[in-house]
Amino acid sequence: MQFKSQAVAKPYFIAAIGLFVGQILFGLILGLQYVLGDFLFPAIPFNVARMVHTNLLIVWLLFGFMGGAYFMIPEESETELFSPKLALAMFWIFLVAGALTIVGYLTVPYATLAAMTGNNLIETMGREFLEQPLPTKLGIVVVALAFLFNLTMTMLKGKKTAIAMVLMIGLWGLAVFFLFSFYNPVNVVLDKFFWWWTVHLWVEGVWELILGSFLAFVLIKTTGVDREVIEKWLYVIVTLTLISGIIGTGHHYFWIGTPEYWQWWGSIFSALEPIPFFGMTVFAFNMVNRRRREHPNKAAVLWALGTGVMSFLGAGVWGFLHTLAPVNYYTHGTQITAAHGHMAFYGAYAMVNLMMISYAMPILRGRAANSNKSQVLEMWSFWLMTIAMVFITLFLTAAGILQVWLQRVSDTPLPFMVAQEKIQLFYWMREWAGVAFLIGLIVYITSFFVGGEEEKAK
Amino acid sequence: MSGAFTKSMARNIFYGGTVFFFLLFLALSFDTHSQLPKRDMRQNITPQVIEGKKLWEVNNCIGCHTLMGEGAYFAPELGNVIVRYGDEGVKAFIKSRPKDGIPGRRSMPQFNFTDEQLNAIVAFLKHVNSINDANWPPNDQG
Repeated sequence: MQFKSQAVAKPYFIAAIGLFVGQILFGLILGLQYVLGDFLFPAIPFNVARMVHTNLLIVWLLFGFMGGAYFMIPEESETELFSPKLALAMFWIFLVAGALTIVGYLTVPYATLAAMTGNNLIETMGREFLEQPLPTKLGIVVVALAFLFNLTMTMLKGKKTAIAMVLMIGLWGLAVFFLFSFYNPVNVVLDKFFWWWTVHLWVEGVWELILGSFLAFVLIKTTGVDREVIEKWLYVIVTLTLISGIIGTGHHYFWIGTPEYWQWWGSIFSALEPIPFFGMTVFAFNMVNRRRREHPNKAAVLWALGTGVMSFLGAGVWGFLHTLAPVNYYTHGTQITAAHGHMAFYGAYAMVNLMMISYAMPILRGRAANSNKSQVLEMWSFWLMTIAMVFITLFLTAAGILQVWLQRVSDTPLPFMVAQEKIQLFYWMREWAGVAFLIGLIVYITSFFVGGEEEKAK
Repeated sequence: MSGAFTKSMARNIFYGGTVFFFLLFLALSFDTHSQLPKRDMRQNITPQVIEGKKLWEVNNCIGCHTLMGEGAYFAPELGNVIVRYGDEGVKAFIKSRPKDGIPGRRSMPQFNFTDEQLNAIVAFLKHVNSINDANWPPNDQG
């Protein structure tokens, strides 16, 4: 590696992968509960398993983002990290806080956890994805601020490239919009309105800047295409992201008590949201086609192309599928939403982290790229996980279409649970696709340990 | 993207476009806030409704159910459950959940709520049901 301090990224990446495994195991529990309703009840009710599944997702993605940023910023700024010690201290704080939170979810009833952790001081718990107890939320703020301070100081003493600037805007945005998780008014409409300022402005806003920046970084390194060209693309993509995505928040304001004009604003602007994702796909393929050298890390290039395609399909196409208000009227809060959520998170954020890990980990382990044997396994895991996710999404989409029809469109609408029983077959197939995903993940982890003849670091 | 369109032009469009659309979003949000009192029935938010919302949150109801379509998709929509079950029906349902679940079926935990707490939950759900949410859901099944 070019700078010694980039090494702090390594524990972040390892933790990310470990938590990813936990996320998938709980996903399989949830999938089974969809078909065997009383599975693990009352020890781990569905809501607890879901909280663990989604919170582990968020935390492992954050670990990945932080690891990626610690790896990337010194190299972009051409200077050592401001404080590697601070970065390592924050790693342990974040890991311990995350682990304690998950243990809390699994061992204590949620209401007791809320009482134990001071939810009465500021009531922030019990809202989807923001279920973390107050100390955890405060911990996230502390870790995020220390992380941003560390990186900002690094950048101030070094070069300020466009790629690094876009990343820093994305990361600062992540921290700022998280602050809305502390605002929970008693008026449920206002609560929901500002809840989206964290959730939507993260995943359809500032996180896309992180995604674009990581992608641009890895493309520069692996293709050798001129920085000027890549950074121009990046600016165009993130411009399209924010001009569609910010007002695109309106697609969540159709049916929660907000004025009807959001049906126009939300439909039109969120219909534009696939464009920046399409831009990422074209960007990735274009740069790889115009490559000026053959980088020995083929697996990282595959992940880069993969995240371009899958984020476009998952976030772009599957998002567009149900984003227009007249369609969303029927699909809102069904398995269609779940289908979109799965492929979008995997395609955009899981894959971009796996791309960064794929590029950086060999370098952190003292080589330019892994052995051919290891890369072949990693590429197998790419295809297994990606194809499994395509099928998870297709089965959930099928379940969703039937659910919408049976429960909301037909002349004799069925009650929720009756409709659910009629679509069990698709839930079973989704679970088997989930098993395939887990196999892919096991292959992925194996690829780190197979050894073989490695390319020497330069 | 050839020579005429430079990186600094792209950068300026990025910063300018972001600021413009963020300000537009703030303006729309501001207008929404001026219209909400006519739609969110805030005059009916009593201490009992507030207590109900808190119970809704600290028991993580959103982890299985949706409320106005948002939440998890494991259990029915509750924004209009009052229409389906009525006040007494909702209370009776919550109260009668078996501690160890129902064999083979999706089961709701037994929360051991007091009557006062059950009344608060119903008050909250009635308030949600009264919000003008553009006629969603499409029918009473949620």
